[in-house]
Amino acid sequence: MDFFSMCVFAAGIGMGLGAIGTGIGQGFAVKGAVEGVARNPSASGKILTTMMIGLAMIESLAIYALVICLIILFANPYKDIALELAKAAAK
Amino acid sequence: MVHPLLFLEFFRKMLEPLHITGASADAIIYTWLVILLLLALSLIATKSLKTIPSGLQNFMEIVVDTIEKMIVDTMGEHGRRYFPMIATLAIFILVSNLIGLVPGFFPPTANINTTAACALVVFISTHVVGIKEHGFHYVKHFLGPIWWLAPMIFFIEIIGHLSRPVSLTLRLFGNMNGHELVLMVFFALAPFFVPLPMMLMGVLVSFIQAFVFMLLAMIYIQGSLEEAH
Repeated sequence: MDFFSMCVFAAGIGMGLGAIGTGIGQGFAVKGAVEGVARNPSASGKILTTMMIGLAMIESLAIYALVICLIILFANPYKDIALELAKAAAK
Repeated sequence: MVHPLLFLEFFRKMLEPLHITGASADAIIYTWLVILLLLALSLIATKSLKTIPSGLQNFMEIVVDTIEKMIVDTMGEHGRRYFPMIATLAIFILVSNLIGLVPGFFPPTANINTTAACALVVFISTHVVGIKEHGFHYVKHFLGPIWWLAPMIFFIEIIGHLSRPVSLTLRLFGNMNGHELVLMVFFALAPFFVPLPMMLMGVLVSFIQAFVFMLLAMIYIQGSLEEAH
């Protein structure tokens, strides 16, 4: 497989794996918040704020994966080296 | 990745002599647009102040009042001193996020330079506030509760503090840039009605990210305000 199709695969699989963990984590967080609101509806404002902070913290993990995937796809630092190697191989 | 359709695209040519490439030039010029917009809006709103507000003044008062209430809720009464900085950041980020939903406009926060600037402002101001409040004793914040663990805790705390601007930057940038890319792909696939649900989610994401940025800025400043334990 050549370099660029590997890049596309890496970006896709990486983002998928990043989303799995974040999804599970955020699911737990929302579960806890909903249970809290169901037991004590008057505390919903505070729970919402705390949940938002927590969700933003968890979400940043997926965002890191997204940034890495974007770097792989659009700003790959090894692109020039790979192109040079491909040219040398073609000769 | 350069935006395919923008109203202020001609500014790219103007910034060409400064060696600023396409995407960065867009971010710069739309940041200026947001700044001018907010400046004009606040000038118009405060031009003829009345005791019983109406129209634009009423709206702006509600916005400012809501942010002030959030600050007092999170930081307590002594947080009022930092209201101008936090409110400026919050309103600027919110408007820059929302402007991206108008076709032909580019959200400045979808460029990593804008978000890094905002995050650095928060990072530096937390330490300035800490040093102003505690003087030399601000070092205690980095040393932890047990003295013989201090050398280890110090490095961990330094890494923790350095990761704050990185996470602030990347969270806002990743959210807005990801949203922008998704919209671009959807527009390329089916420009009619299909991107609409995504734009609706964009409104939600814009508000939540501006809120989260503001909240984290408040929490960081609050953290350097309180006594070390």
